[in-house]
Amino acid sequence: MTGTRIRVRFAKHGKVRFTSHRDVARIWERSLRRAAVPVVYSAGFSPRPKIAFGLALPTGYSSDAEYLDAEVDPAWAAGIDNERLVGALTASLPTGMTTLAAAEIASGEPSLQHAVTSCTWRIDAAGADATEASEAVSRAMDAGELLVQRERKGRLTIDDIRPAVHAVEVQANITDGVRLIAELATQPRAVRPAELLASLRPPPGGRAAGERFVPVPPSLLRACRLHQWITTDAGERREPLAVSELGERREPPAVSEASVVGAGVGP
Amino acid sequence: MWHQLEPLLPQVSKPARYIGAEDGMRVPRHAPGVVSWLLTYPDTYEIGLPNQGLQILYEILNERPDAAAERAYAPWGDLEALMRAEGLPLFSLDTHRPAPLFDVIAFNLSAELVYTNVLNCIDLAGVAVRAASRSDSDPLIGAGGHCTYNPEPLADFLDFAVLGDGEEAVGDITAVLADWKASGRPGGRNGVLRALARVPGTYVPSMYEVTYDGARLVAVEPRHPDVPAVVEKRTVADLADWPYPKQQLVPLTEVVHDRLNVEVFRGCTRGCRFCQAGMITRPVRERPAEQVRTMVAEGLRRTGYDEVALTSLSTADFSGIERVVADTVDDAGCSQVSVSLPSLRVDAFTVGLAAQIQRARRTGLTFAPEAGTWRMRQVINKLITNDDLYSAVESAYSQGWRRMKLYFLTGLPTETDPDTLAIAELARNCVALGRAHTRSPSVTVSVGGFVPKPFTPFQWFGQNTLVELRRKVGLLRDDLRRTKGVQLKWHDPAASLAEGLASRGDRRVGDVIEHVWRHGGTFQEWSEHFDLDRWQSAAEACGVDIDAYVHRHRTFDEVLPWDHLSAGLHKDFLWQDWRDALDEVGLEDCRWTPCYDCGACTGYGVEHVVASAVPPAGGSQGTGVDLSRGAEIPVRLLERPLVGAAR
Ligand code: SF4
Repeated sequence: MTGTRIRVRFAKHGKVRFTSHRDVARIWERSLRRAAVPVVYSAGFSPRPKIAFGLALPTGYSSDAEYLDAEVDPAWAAGIDNERLVGALTASLPTGMTTLAAAEIASGEPSLQHAVTSCTWRIDAAGADATEASEAVSRAMDAGELLVQRERKGRLTIDDIRPAVHAVEVQANITDGVRLIAELATQPRAVRPAELLASLRPPPGGRAAGERFVPVPPSLLRACRLHQWITTDAGERREPLAVSELGERREPPAVSEASVVGAGVGP
Repeated sequence: MWHQLEPLLPQVSKPARYIGAEDGMRVPRHAPGVVSWLLTYPDTYEIGLPNQGLQILYEILNERPDAAAERAYAPWGDLEALMRAEGLPLFSLDTHRPAPLFDVIAFNLSAELVYTNVLNCIDLAGVAVRAASRSDSDPLIGAGGHCTYNPEPLADFLDFAVLGDGEEAVGDITAVLADWKASGRPGGRNGVLRALARVPGTYVPSMYEVTYDGARLVAVEPRHPDVPAVVEKRTVADLADWPYPKQQLVPLTEVVHDRLNVEVFRGCTRGCRFCQAGMITRPVRERPAEQVRTMVAEGLRRTGYDEVALTSLSTADFSGIERVVADTVDDAGCSQVSVSLPSLRVDAFTVGLAAQIQRARRTGLTFAPEAGTWRMRQVINKLITNDDLYSAVESAYSQGWRRMKLYFLTGLPTETDPDTLAIAELARNCVALGRAHTRSPSVTVSVGGFVPKPFTPFQWFGQNTLVELRRKVGLLRDDLRRTKGVQLKWHDPAASLAEGLASRGDRRVGDVIEHVWRHGGTFQEWSEHFDLDRWQSAAEACGVDIDAYVHRHRTFDEVLPWDHLSAGLHKDFLWQDWRDALDEVGLEDCRWTPCYDCGACTGYGVEHVVASAVPPAGGSQGTGVDLSRGAEIPVRLLERPLVGAAR
């Protein structure tokens, strides 16, 4: 059966951000069944529910802009109310994951993997100095190339990520560190916040170019994906699910996480 | 301590295994009057999370007003190193509470090779590994699970161990601890341990004196008159009273057996002589079919799983199994829920059952003939004929399966090379049967070295040496080298040697375990971490003769390290069964035939709870006669004297 496509936008915060992309896929398969959403299954010896996820979110990062497309029973889809669906899905998700929007999309709509061209990230680098960071950012944006070391299929390569860094803004508004808002391209290969930070390292005088890319310790980096963007043929930027469809968006459930942590204090 | 742990998680592999937050998690209410339990599985989260025993106790304890339970799992090496560097202790997953704050740290012991991890977890909890060095303020260290039927190798590290079903025992222990706390902890640590020693099913090693004569164990006797000379196991009479877990934990990250698991019965009296699980969990207690249906239906709805496993030993023996499987598939209202029966006897696997399972999504099929010849299977009392196996395999292929797995043991008592090589022959014949139904049938043969276990008729048998086990695996490898469709896999015989030492050792083996742990030997169940040299040099350093513990045949009058513990089974019943094994004489299943008075029911005033008075249809049902082709009445296999009837 060919189903009706629905697209869901969801957030991921708190402890659950340590789950992997693969884990999230499994969580969603179960949650859709718990919410009694009739997802269409593939044919064959071992049928799988037809759910497609967008760009992988690196394990440990949080997000306000995760997406999935699911094919569902058209008869059921005809009768659903988007707002009720959003509520039902959130209720069946684990603490820390929240459904933000859901809507039917056209059957011809390109897949998330193909359509999304860039993401906006909020990057908190603990211990960084605001002035130094601003200088490093200007230097980076003026540079002809930004080289980072990456691992690809088990081999180390040096890539220039400068063309993929669309914009970086420095906000010195977090305690003990620097907050960056960055728009990073996802095509041909997604640039990760950690890679941006690695490239921003101020070059201490006289070092050879190849030596300055010291990775930022991952424990000092917290990042949140705020938006995913699709660039249309007309050159305009839009989100896979328009913001207007978000309605009253709840803030990330930091409260529920805190209550769990709080329960652990003392006997 | 989440805030201290959180910065470490981006630096370790699979951080999701340390976050907890699963659906089904309880938020415990800790209070001074409440007894807090840290239920600990001494292996990784992926292995430990699905453990049903631990989940059952977790719920039962959290339902009690006087108890609060959380869970912990052994951190992987990368996190452990960071924790030790930062001075962080073992922690619970539920609220990330430090282990030292709990009243009890209780370990689930399902396999001997986790023993070094138990020591590591105790140490990570900031508690002295040797019970004798602990202070009054330290948590009590307890253990439960199948391995506690011989806890002697861990006796110096445990404060107490529970034998048998834990459902009622944890409540009794909680009551004793709550009382002790409320009345100002009279007698300190020793006082509460003395009180625990009087709780049925609870063994407190420090209350027993061990006497040796040179290498020989002479006696293990209570130090005080109020401490029982023999600790008897606990048995819940009726599973219907214990519909747990009611809210199975749904992990956020991938684990083994990641599905809904519903225990349909406990205990098994097929009487396989190598099988400790069967011997120590007698009698058979079936869950009412109606309760099974409810637990399956509600469990699927609540968890969102699309797979349910009906668990037990030899699940196809469940009365009316075909009906239950059919109902499960029907109930699901669609064809997307799959039912798996992880433990299947071939003589109860029929076309009907195969058809029911395959209506849902097919999962892998595993059969365990255990031995290659009928003679060998009479020795081990796994009374299935070659034809039973072939007709089960035929049923499976005819219903569309293409792949199956066959489990075998090698190194069994009286095993000869023709017995071993017959394994290869069986596998080849199964592939040949499959050719009629599919172009590329495949059979995986999995071979494990036999490790004799306490409270089985084979507890007196000297385990095959490493050289001998390797030779037998080699025979199979050579024989199957050019066989299309058969893959051979084997369990490392070196690990079987260490397992053998830990499984039938006495307290002196504890030194070896501690030595292995102190020299970096954790996660010994993981082949990449297992190193036999470490065990051998530890045994040498501790003056422990591996041969005497593992490879030596034992005699009836010898004192066994677990003689002061009891699984209900009379020692002379087990001895008679051992003699019968050597005589190649089988013994029928007592659930459908008269009782042999093995002691498991008769000693405790319990009995089989089985809905059907006759065995499931199909196969030879332990008679050795092909009932499906003419023979109608199950013939009696043997005239067997009722041993122990005089007692
Ligand atoms: S006491 Fe009798 S009925 Fe019960 S398990 Fe033993 S032999 Fe079977």
